[in-house]
Amino acid sequence: MDAIRDNWSEVLTAFGVTIEMSVLAAIIALVVGFLLAALRVSPIPVGRAIGTAYVQLVRNTPLLLIMLIVAFGLPELDLRPELNLNSWFGLETRHALLSFDVFFIFATIALGLYTASFVCEAVRSGINSIPLGQAEAARSVGMTFGQTLLQVVLPQAYRAVIPPLTSTMIAMTKNSSVAAGVGVTEATFAMRKLTNDHADQIVSIFIGFAIGYMVLVALISAAGNFLERRAAVS
Amino acid sequence: MAASVLFDEPGPVTRRRHQLYGVVLAVLLIAVLWWVYLKLKAGGELEPEVFEDLSQENVWRAIGEGVVATLKAAAISIVLAVGLGFLLATGRLSEHAPVRIPCRWVIEFFRAVPVLLMMIFFFGFLAQNFDFETETNALVAVVAGLTLYNGAVLAEVFRAGVNAVPRGQVEAAYAIGLRKGQVLRIVQTPQAVRYMLPAIISQCVVTLKDTALGFIITYGELLRQGKSIAEFVHNNLITFLLIAVIYIAMNSALSLLASWLERRMSVRGHSARDAVLQVEEVLPVG
Repeated sequence: MDAIRDNWSEVLTAFGVTIEMSVLAAIIALVVGFLLAALRVSPIPVGRAIGTAYVQLVRNTPLLLIMLIVAFGLPELDLRPELNLNSWFGLETRHALLSFDVFFIFATIALGLYTASFVCEAVRSGINSIPLGQAEAARSVGMTFGQTLLQVVLPQAYRAVIPPLTSTMIAMTKNSSVAAGVGVTEATFAMRKLTNDHADQIVSIFIGFAIGYMVLVALISAAGNFLERRAAVS
Repeated sequence: MAASVLFDEPGPVTRRRHQLYGVVLAVLLIAVLWWVYLKLKAGGELEPEVFEDLSQENVWRAIGEGVVATLKAAAISIVLAVGLGFLLATGRLSEHAPVRIPCRWVIEFFRAVPVLLMMIFFFGFLAQNFDFETETNALVAVVAGLTLYNGAVLAEVFRAGVNAVPRGQVEAAYAIGLRKGQVLRIVQTPQAVRYMLPAIISQCVVTLKDTALGFIITYGELLRQGKSIAEFVHNNLITFLLIAVIYIAMNSALSLLASWLERRMSVRGHSARDAVLQVEEVLPVG
C-alpha cells in the first residue's frame, strides 16, 4: 500500500477526473437519451427510424472505437474543444481538475453518446411498462402526443426507469476507465502509471484502485435506491 | 398502424403535419451528413487513394487476423465465464453461509471493478511472474479480465434463472424425495438454462465488444489491426469507420440470434417469457 499512500494526492485527483467525466457524460447521456427515446416512440416514422438506427449502430460498437472515431473525427470537422478554468479561480499552475483538455472532452462526448443509446432503451422500456389505459385516458380527454408523454406517461415511467438507469449509470462510471486508452489521466490511467513505477506492489495497487471503483459504484447504487424509495407508491 | 398507445391513428390533417415534421427531420439529417461529407472531402479524407489502399489484399488479411483474434478471445472468455458463473451461482445459492458469503463478495467485487482495470493488472502481473511471450500474455490477460467480469454477471443471471423456476417444481421435486443437489441439478438448472439463453447471448455481445479493450494492452485483436492499417493507409477516420462496420455486423448477427431465441421460447407460453424477462433484469445495462 506504500505506493498509494505516497501518491495519495495523485490517486485522489485521478478519481476526481473519473467523477468529473462520469457526471458530464451522464448529463450528455440523459439529455440525448431522453430525446432519442421521444423520437423512438413518436408518431413520425422518420423520427422512429433515426432513433432506432442510432441505438442499433452505437450499441453494437465498442466504446473504445467510438472514442477513437470521435477523437479523429471531430478535428476533421474543425472541432477542437478545450476548456481551462484555472484563470477563473486565479490559479497560476494548471490543476488537473480545472483544465479540460481535448482528450478529456472527446472521451466525455464519446462516453455520453455511447451511454445515451442505453438510456434511450431504459426510458423506452419504462414508457412501455405504463398501462395502456393511462395513455388512452389522456388521449380521450384530448391531450396531444407531447402532452400525453410529458404530463401523463413520463411522470409514471420515472418510477419504472430508476432501476435500469441506475445500472446504466454504474456501467457508465466503470466505462469511463476506457478513456485511459485515449490518454485521459483518470483512475485507470493512474493505476497503470503507478504499477509501472512500483511493479513490486502491483497487487496492492490494483486492490486499492478496485476499492475506489467499488466505492463509486456503491454511491451510485445508494443514490438509485434512495430515488427509488422516494418515488415508490406507498 | 398503431405503433404506440401514445397517439391515435392520425387523421388526414395530422398525417400531413407528421409528414411535414418527417420531411423537416430528414432534411436536417441530410444537411448534417452533407456538411460532414463536405468537411471530410475538404480535409482530404475521401480521396480515392484511401479506398484503393484499403482494398488491398494485405489490409483484408490483417482484418481477417483481427477478427479471428477477437473471436478467439471472446469465445474462450464466454465459455470460461459460463463455467465460472455456474460455480459462483451454485455457491451463492448454497445454504451454508461460509460458502455463500465469500461467493457473494467475489461476485460483487468483479461486477464493480472495470474490466480494463483487471486487464491492465493481469497484463502487468503475468509479465512479472510468468515467462509467456507478449502475445500470449496479452491474450491471457484479456481472457482473465473478461472471464472474471462476465462470470460474476452470469452468476447473477443464473441465480435469477433458478429463482424464476416456479416454486411448485421445486416442491414437487422434494416431495418425490430428491435431495437438494438433485433438485438443483435435475429440476432447476435445465429450466433455468432455457430462461437464461437469451441473456447469455446478450452477454456474448458485451464480451465481443469488450475484447476491443485488449487494444490497450497490445492484444492483436480487430481494433489493434485497425490501428496498424490506419498507419499503413495514413487515414485514421475512414479505417476506424470500416472497423466499426465489422463490429456492428458481428454484434447485430448475435443480437438477431438472441431475439430469435427469445421469440422461439415465448411461443411456449407466457410464463417462460416472463421468466426470461425476469432473468434479463439483472443484466447490467451498458
